[in-house]
Amino acid sequence: MSAAGRTSAGWWLLILPALLLVLVFYIAPILQVLAISVSEPEPGFANYERLWTSEGVQRVILTTLRICTITTALALLLGYAIAYAITLASPRARGWWMLAVLVPLWISVLVRAFAWVTLLRRQGLVNNMLMQWGLISEPLALVWNEFGILVGMVHYMVPFAVLPMLSTMREIDPRLLAAARGLGASRGQVFRSIFLPLSTPGVIAAGVLVFIFSLGFYITPAILGGGKTLMAAEWISLQILDLIRWGLGTMLATVLVLAILVTLIVFSRVVDLRRMFGTGG
Amino acid sequence: MHGTYGAGPFGRGLAWATALYLLLPILIVVPVALTDQRYLSLPKDGISLRHFETVLTSPEWLGSIWQSFTIAIAASALSVVAGTLCAIGCWRVSRRSTDIVRVLMLLPLIIPSIVYAIGLYRYFGPLGLLDRFLGVVIAHGVTGIPYVVITVSTALATFDPRLEQAARGMGASLFQTLRWVILPRIMPGIFSGAIFAFIHSWDELVMVLFIASRDVFTLPRRIWDGINENLDPAMAAVAVLLIVFTLSLLLADRALRRRSEAG
Repeated sequence: MSAAGRTSAGWWLLILPALLLVLVFYIAPILQVLAISVSEPEPGFANYERLWTSEGVQRVILTTLRICTITTALALLLGYAIAYAITLASPRARGWWMLAVLVPLWISVLVRAFAWVTLLRRQGLVNNMLMQWGLISEPLALVWNEFGILVGMVHYMVPFAVLPMLSTMREIDPRLLAAARGLGASRGQVFRSIFLPLSTPGVIAAGVLVFIFSLGFYITPAILGGGKTLMAAEWISLQILDLIRWGLGTMLATVLVLAILVTLIVFSRVVDLRRMFGTGG
Repeated sequence: MHGTYGAGPFGRGLAWATALYLLLPILIVVPVALTDQRYLSLPKDGISLRHFETVLTSPEWLGSIWQSFTIAIAASALSVVAGTLCAIGCWRVSRRSTDIVRVLMLLPLIIPSIVYAIGLYRYFGPLGLLDRFLGVVIAHGVTGIPYVVITVSTALATFDPRLEQAARGMGASLFQTLRWVILPRIMPGIFSGAIFAFIHSWDELVMVLFIASRDVFTLPRRIWDGINENLDPAMAAVAVLLIVFTLSLLLADRALRRRSEAG
């Protein structure tokens, strides 16, 4: 018994370095953010009152929720199509489809935002091409607005939507689909009454994942929004770096963290975090 | 064709369109980087490598590349050591008592980096870690731990715990068991984790924007400034170099996994 106890202590010792690092250099700085939100400029919940009184704060929250909702819906739709294609593809084609998902996932988010700016700005490739073909006479405003943010964010989020949906779809027995087909169901019927219901848990997991990732997204909205459409993360950075209003910035940061944690807890029954992140490997 | 079930024309069309939407914008930077013009455009009279030359002979770009590289090496070393040991510990200690540890280790993937970044900005001030190599290494190293914990835990899931018990039963110490029994079997998982932790640090921008300013000026930071200030084809050349670099790391990971599966 004591030998087993000592062994267990040995294994705990292995956990210790990571645990200390995370507590001292991750959890502590974040707790400090929460503390600043109720202590600066003066102790109390004055910063949180702004949630009800300040139009600026409300606008940022509404913009963030609107963009995140649209992003999630589009990423789910496009991601579903890809996951569906991968599930039904032959093993060889499957490898190529996976590549189309995993390569963008690992390419730097800055590179992708830069590519979108190259394509979408006023003198960009898309506007030039449309003008050359005579489809438009004036360049369209495709970037540095909400449209640009959405294009870039959906592009970033689709791979994150695909992975959880894919792991659910792979568990659907293909014989079920073949049997339904054989019994005379049309392709649409098979999809609606078998495939779609069975893949719904994956869709919910993907939706939660994409939504919480979108909430705190900084780089893509900052580059493609051009400073006009502010989402939560960029607004926080503005409060802290430019306006030195720590109380307000940390207040919204706290709200952001709480919103994410609450979403995760509410959906924890459908969404297995560990599995969700494990599918990438 | 009864008896089989394939995607319909609508599903297939949407999947293809999505794949093009995912890949084409990334590919478009290649011709733009090879342009012979002075501004961002497709090549007109022929291709030219001069924008690559601009980047690869500029002390600023080279300095940032080197800084990012050394930071990423140090940070991923930190993530790999801490993350691997932690994953092994969690695997052996009973599941329930380490649940809280696992959740803590995944937090950096869930909490937005902007929140962590502003926290660090205040936290590192008194510690003298702002704008320091060590500060960025700690920030990137700690947030890289989840990638290693995930890949190593996945590798451990297929590892037979009786092997470890046998080694211990024959008198091997904890260290000997680790060194000779466990580590060799989970090496592929550790390598994958190292590659992902490396890419995480190499690409990381949000924290760097807050905790580094002048002395530490990483590659993503220089790209960020470039996108916001002057959009020239040299930026496209940097983007192409980054894409090639990331792809080769991913291919290396794939090759390593193939070899370990075969062997």
